[in-house]
Amino acid sequence: MAEIKLTDLTKSYGPTEVLHHVAGEIRDGEFIVIVGPSGCGKSTLLRMVAGLETVTSGEIRIADRRVNELEPSARDIAMVFQNYALYPHMSVRENMAYGLKIRKLSKAEINRRVEEAADILEIRQYLDRKPRQLSGGQRQRVAMGRAIVRDPQVFLFDEPLSNLDAKLRVQMRLEIRKLQQRLGVTSIYVTHDQVEAMTLGDRLMVLNGGYVEQFGTPIELYDRPASVFVAGFIGSPAMNFLPATAEEEGMLLPSGIKLIAGVGQRGPVLLGMRPEHLIPDAAGPIAIEVEMVEQLGANTLLHGKLSGTDHAMVASVSGHVSAEMGTAHRFSVTPELLHLFDPETQKRLEA
Amino acid sequence: MVENRPLTAILTHFMLMLGVIAIALPIWITFVAATHDAARMTQVPLPLWPGTHLWANLKQTLFGSGLSGTEGAPVWLMLFNSLAMAMMISLGKIGISLLSAFAIVYFRFPFRMTCFWMIFITLMLPVEVRILPTFEVVANLGMLNSYWGLSIPLIASATATFMFRQVFLTVPDEMLESARIDGAGPMRFFFDILLPLSRTNIAALFVILFIFGWNQYLWPLLITTDTSMTTIVMSIKQMLEAAEQSPQWNIIMTTALLAMVPPIFVVISMQKLFVQGLTETDK
Repeated sequence: MAEIKLTDLTKSYGPTEVLHHVAGEIRDGEFIVIVGPSGCGKSTLLRMVAGLETVTSGEIRIADRRVNELEPSARDIAMVFQNYALYPHMSVRENMAYGLKIRKLSKAEINRRVEEAADILEIRQYLDRKPRQLSGGQRQRVAMGRAIVRDPQVFLFDEPLSNLDAKLRVQMRLEIRKLQQRLGVTSIYVTHDQVEAMTLGDRLMVLNGGYVEQFGTPIELYDRPASVFVAGFIGSPAMNFLPATAEEEGMLLPSGIKLIAGVGQRGPVLLGMRPEHLIPDAAGPIAIEVEMVEQLGANTLLHGKLSGTDHAMVASVSGHVSAEMGTAHRFSVTPELLHLFDPETQKRLEA
Repeated sequence: MVENRPLTAILTHFMLMLGVIAIALPIWITFVAATHDAARMTQVPLPLWPGTHLWANLKQTLFGSGLSGTEGAPVWLMLFNSLAMAMMISLGKIGISLLSAFAIVYFRFPFRMTCFWMIFITLMLPVEVRILPTFEVVANLGMLNSYWGLSIPLIASATATFMFRQVFLTVPDEMLESARIDGAGPMRFFFDILLPLSRTNIAALFVILFIFGWNQYLWPLLITTDTSMTTIVMSIKQMLEAAEQSPQWNIIMTTALLAMVPPIFVVISMQKLFVQGLTETDK
């Protein structure tokens, strides 16, 4: 029905290019999350798809129709904004009906659609209220209702949950996901929160400095990050990186210890290991001098340095662990769970 | 700042009462004078308490020829003239400045900022400064002694344009984007979203501009020679100088009282919106 195709998309403001040759295909009904740090161009990309920003070069196709020059209203999309952008002087019902009224749908049809959407989102009892009489979560629902009633081919979400408190955010996240699965509408969702991205997206597009770093499923991104940036961005706490030298029989760590891994590589590499992949092991090769302990309940984070060096390391150990400051804890790691990157290009090295 | 010293309390109350008297006493005297007959008003001392002639005075002022012995227009016509002028000025000002602020804030066209500053510079050129050239223009257009001549030269307003510009700038960009996605064109956005959002500001501005228009003195004096176009504010002055007779204070004061009524009415009826418009920041 509505696949989206981005071909060699760039965006420049004057001489500064902010998006560089973005390409990607989104299948019908897919939930795509564009994620990246602030200023990486993710909102710009979304707004280009929406038609709120012009395309400098390249092409956007929605449902196999070139939309570069189309007005937002002609692209058959609906957008949910970060601050919801509800019309404050209209009631919830009028807010949801406004776009339909402009499209000159019959009154009965408008009412039917608004009430259907209101039932889906359970906001029927608020239909005659003004947005200012609603809580943040309810406004969020109205904003989604406004998108649903238009029955668009594509939903666009621009950080819709960032104005909600943490608990509500988790709840709304699930609701958005369920709703999208139920309606089966192709969706693009922009966020800077990697947890949100991992839980929501069928596939994630990681943007950094206007470049697509990687485009794949959450598990792909977690298991096989294509670059140092993706490796550090996906997963919490972030991956540990150590400069190492690959030699014949293993990897020489800066602490002088050799790890049996990464055979087949030679020369300097950047070694990445996730904190949760470090297994406490009294005879393990990796020793961490603990400087700080974070008790999270389900697991414990040990912050420290690789013994004998200045390289910061974090280990995530399940359960409660008490550790004295300054004591060394030893860990081992499965070679398959190590990630190797080229220190020059920052790209992944396949073992 | 909460203080509880009797001396300060007395002093502040004294100052407040002084202020009230300074403002209210002239109005009281006007009212009292409007309730006596002409004969009483020429005697000394002047009365300080209302008499019994209010209705008679009102009737003579409104529907009689006003001041006896002059061929001035009846006061109801002057009230109507003033009302027409004030309404045309305030509505015209609001309409034009809304549109120009809309153009300046939401459209990208060449010399946009130049236009804005040119509008802004007219702040330095009120009617009083450009009175001769403006008179010339209005005369050449044949608008002397007409409502158009009374109102059009006063309509262009930098202040209102600037104010609406500030109001529009506080409307979040997402509102426009949302409307674009909903398929609303520029004028649709203007009427459906911007106008309702600036409702309170429009009301506040209307109050100020209505009183500005109502109180116009110099300009109407200059371009109306026909007595049927006289406005009420200028007529009070003319009544004082009417013929070679002693001023008929009862009639003049009744006229003054009547001249106060419409602005008061506008202020009271718009009070709620007026206050909201000046204080509300939430968009």
